[in-house]
Amino acid sequence: MAEHSLVAHQFEDADQQREVATLGMWTFLATEILFFGAVLVAYGVYRLRWPDAFRQGSIDLKWYLGGFNTAVLLISSFFMAMGVHAAQLGHSKKLVVYLILTVILGTLFLVVKGTEYYIEYEEGLVPGPITFKVHPPPESEENGFIRAFKTFEKKVEPWTAAETESETRPPQERLFMTFYFILTGIHATHMIIGIGLLLTLIVLAKRGHFTANHHNAVEIAGLYWHFVDTVWVFLFPILYLLRNP
Amino acid sequence: MTSVIYDPIYEARPTYLNIAHTVRSWLLTKDHKRIAILYIISITLFFMIGGGAATLIRINLVTPDGVFVDQETYNRLFTIHGVVMVFFFLVPSIPATLGNFLIPLMVGARDLAFPKINLASWYMFMGGGALALSAIFMGGMDTGWTFYTPYSSAFGNSHVALAIAGIFLAGFSSIFTGFNFIVTIHKMRCPGLTWFRLPLFCWSMYATSLIMVLATPVLAITLTLVAIERLTGVGIYDPAIGGDPVLFQHMFWFYSHPAVYIMILPGMGVISELMTCFSRKRVFGYTFVAFSSLAIAMLGFLVWAHHMFDAGISLYSGLVFSMLSFMVAVPSAIKVFNWTATMYKGSVALDTPMLYALGFIGLFTIGGLTGVMLATLGLDMHMHDTYFVIAHFHYIMVGGMVMAYLGGMHFWWPKISGRMYPEWWGRISAILIFLGFNLTFFPQFIAGYLGMPRRYHSYPPELQVYNVLSSAGASILAVGYLLPLAYFLWSLKYGKIAGPNPWRATGLEWQTSSPPPKDNFEKTPIVDQEAYAYHLMAPTGHVPEEAEAATG
Amino acid sequence: MFRSFSIFPPEASNFALDVDLLLAFEVGVSVLFTVLIAACVIYFALRYRRRSQYDVPPRLPSPMMLEVTWSVIPFLIMLVMFFWGGNIYVRAKRPPEHAIEIQVIGKQWMWKIQHSNGAREINSLHIPMGQPVRLIMASQDVIHDFGIPAFRVKQDVLPGSFTDEWFTATELGEFHIYCDQYCGAEHAKMIGTVVVMDPQKYAQWLAGAAGDEPPANAGSRLFVTYGCNACHGTRGPTLAGLYGRDVQLDDGSTVKADEAYLRESIIEPAAKVVKGYPTIMPSYRAQLSEEQIMQLVEYIKSLGAARSDKGVMLAPATQPVNGQSPDRIPNFPPARQPPWIGQPPGSPGKSP
Repeated sequence: MAEHSLVAHQFEDADQQREVATLGMWTFLATEILFFGAVLVAYGVYRLRWPDAFRQGSIDLKWYLGGFNTAVLLISSFFMAMGVHAAQLGHSKKLVVYLILTVILGTLFLVVKGTEYYIEYEEGLVPGPITFKVHPPPESEENGFIRAFKTFEKKVEPWTAAETESETRPPQERLFMTFYFILTGIHATHMIIGIGLLLTLIVLAKRGHFTANHHNAVEIAGLYWHFVDTVWVFLFPILYLLRNP
Repeated sequence: MTSVIYDPIYEARPTYLNIAHTVRSWLLTKDHKRIAILYIISITLFFMIGGGAATLIRINLVTPDGVFVDQETYNRLFTIHGVVMVFFFLVPSIPATLGNFLIPLMVGARDLAFPKINLASWYMFMGGGALALSAIFMGGMDTGWTFYTPYSSAFGNSHVALAIAGIFLAGFSSIFTGFNFIVTIHKMRCPGLTWFRLPLFCWSMYATSLIMVLATPVLAITLTLVAIERLTGVGIYDPAIGGDPVLFQHMFWFYSHPAVYIMILPGMGVISELMTCFSRKRVFGYTFVAFSSLAIAMLGFLVWAHHMFDAGISLYSGLVFSMLSFMVAVPSAIKVFNWTATMYKGSVALDTPMLYALGFIGLFTIGGLTGVMLATLGLDMHMHDTYFVIAHFHYIMVGGMVMAYLGGMHFWWPKISGRMYPEWWGRISAILIFLGFNLTFFPQFIAGYLGMPRRYHSYPPELQVYNVLSSAGASILAVGYLLPLAYFLWSLKYGKIAGPNPWRATGLEWQTSSPPPKDNFEKTPIVDQEAYAYHLMAPTGHVPEEAEAATG
Repeated sequence: MFRSFSIFPPEASNFALDVDLLLAFEVGVSVLFTVLIAACVIYFALRYRRRSQYDVPPRLPSPMMLEVTWSVIPFLIMLVMFFWGGNIYVRAKRPPEHAIEIQVIGKQWMWKIQHSNGAREINSLHIPMGQPVRLIMASQDVIHDFGIPAFRVKQDVLPGSFTDEWFTATELGEFHIYCDQYCGAEHAKMIGTVVVMDPQKYAQWLAGAAGDEPPANAGSRLFVTYGCNACHGTRGPTLAGLYGRDVQLDDGSTVKADEAYLRESIIEPAAKVVKGYPTIMPSYRAQLSEEQIMQLVEYIKSLGAARSDKGVMLAPATQPVNGQSPDRIPNFPPARQPPWIGQPPGSPGKSP
């Protein structure tokens, strides 16, 4: 019987299997909360100690890109929830559509994030003894965003060391940028894993693997996706929006 | 007691051991019992590596000027000893071996909740071990197992990042093990097995798993930050750009203090099982012992800065953490008193597992009380980072944890292998280990109070006598550890055949054959009694209703 | 002779006896409990040993009263230990007002010690008997720990901030100094000797000891060399009488001007800005070594400590205009630029 073979041998019945998988995912998410939480606490400690430098760091980030990404992720979570709903009703085709939409938005998030990283690299904000440069002197013609694209299009040379050697940036901002890259980098890694999970689900759904009675994998993946989204919802204001004294 | 009649039909039945013999069936197994055996082999290997480093350390410390190895090598030796023993032996030991083997049996399930994740955890452990071993073979690391910054992040020049990668993987392996246990104990107990009928081993493992799951991610990220700082020089802990090296200590100890409870709680669970079986009595104060495991887990998260009283934390912090550290001693004391009271009016047999259990009680008491001395601020001022601390934690880790592990291995060896170990050799080893251990570590209390610092390759001559005594004890201890290795292997072929319940113990794991079949029970058991219902057990060792359910 | 086999280090400081007494108490309690438990275990193992495999022990209750008793009594004993130990610790963390101050710099793998008159020593510490001594310590590289077992004190020595410890030596003689925080290859060789002398002999030693000028004098020269006097004394906050005073900051809070504050103000002046002054002091972190920072701090301290009427630093007579002091120092970097997007350069921009 199709039902029976879907229950692993250590479980008594499908209900137990479902409950076990759900509890497992929640427990796993608890570990993730501690994982991100530890970095956030370290960030918080430093923020309290160097409020001005960290505020400058928030100012130097591109809030509009971060905001756009937040909207992208929230919409992707909506699509994910719709996908779970479709799975609960047994509508495999709709499930596939929603999963594909979620994956597209997730990928868009990563593309925008990558662009942001590139811009920050061009602006000399990447921490490290060699690469951390300073804000361009006010006399330059464009702001960092446009200059980065122009550099990319090879229309303008990247700033030289001479141009960037001024000391307007507090050294603790390097700490801020380190935490920014670590936090968003770990988050992006989790996004990539999530996209991989969803791609697997798309393949399985196309094969008709999920039914109204057996779709726990979709629910669990949904939990994971919403969690990754929630982490971003915390990261965005903490990193990008704390710009006022 | 044990079956002495060879029953060919019984011997030919399929068990988890004889059901398949290929290498593939072992390396791709999803059976929690086989995975437990894979872990037993791995951690024994790591114990020998860590023990080898310890041997070299003790040989070097026989003379005050440290002529056996040079300073750099010595520093790498104690780091390797710490890293291997903590992350690759102690943290996985009882959980990954006895826990993996016994928890499904004790809750009446066919396997753990996530067998594939269980196997993955072993592979991650081996992967982490391979990375750590490569770091060691390439010259090792010399930061101490505590990786204090800024030495580890900016100044040390050894293979820190590689070792960190290995520890990271081993940490994830323990997270997977922990969350497997939590879900299994919550959701897969057999009918009638309520929380308060669970064996105390399961309560201890549950508390341990909570810590593993919540604390290990913090270690992962803390060490990752150190690795990032080493590889890219960004300066997270660099005071020159505003970083704080003491922040590393807070983050590190936030994991590593609960980690020591990861190491000891499973041992305490084993002792609860041994004390009840070898006194043939229910444990004194079941509820208190069960809740004390949870209390230790929770309070253990609140005391980390007692490792940092002299690190530059504020006076206020020192007072708060000292008080909390005293509080966490209370549940452990409750357990010791309860175990002792369990023996009252019992029927005490001094078989090898019981000798280990009694040794545990004595040595853990001493270790715990010296911990209370270290929690006392006025004393820690003097004893911080001396051999007093080393003696304290070895009393708990080795005198406590390793003895519990050996006691558990002896107790459940018949269940795991179907054979009995030779009893007299077992007792001799237990006594040798107890004596060797005390000779090794008691002089270190004295050397520590006299001021001998930790991690010293050479020391002033007036401390030599204590070091010589300690090294002499270490050689006895080494013999004591090698003996069980030898006779356990011997017993696999020549040991007496053990029946299902050679100890006539309660507990579901004893109601199935030894070794168990692949799916643990012929039929799902049903429980209708409290744990340790020895007063209801017939002298033959069968518990009436369970016997029917298991075989009927 | 007996010294070699003693299990106690010499009791040579004001803390030593207290610590040893507390240890004796705790060891006594521990021995008591250990013996109690061991006696019970051995007694029960013998008295209730298994006589036959058919023994069925009774099912005994677990009286709650017993559980509570043996939880509460140990906890009360531990409370005594907590207060006793805490009391010693609190005393150890509060150096007396007029202690002799000696600077210690730890670096891999040696201790550089400097007395206030400039006398320097390496890996040894001469102190007088009977007078409180306070060590002000910093590290040049990794974390070390300055530990003196005979005095029963130790304290981690950190890079990037000052730590201190204090004691009063009560015995003449020479005692070990150990580095008590693993710091790398020659950690075990980072040891020294405390030499406790008669106060008169100490004074003689101090006068004759080889050394540079007193750190405060060196600090006064650094003050001029690095241009501190260009602002402080005219348009910057005045430093005379600053040490030990309460300072009002621009965010409304008040801090005490201790060594840590002075040090921070040199290397990270933007962290705590005095009320009424703009944030224009540059950081000297890259230009000064730890020793030079200590010398500057000693110099500022020598400009007069706070008197009993602890006043609060007031805003200067000259009020800043537009957030900038009226006479801006040329070539100093300007204040942080606010972000500007899509605006031509040169416009004032939005405030952060």
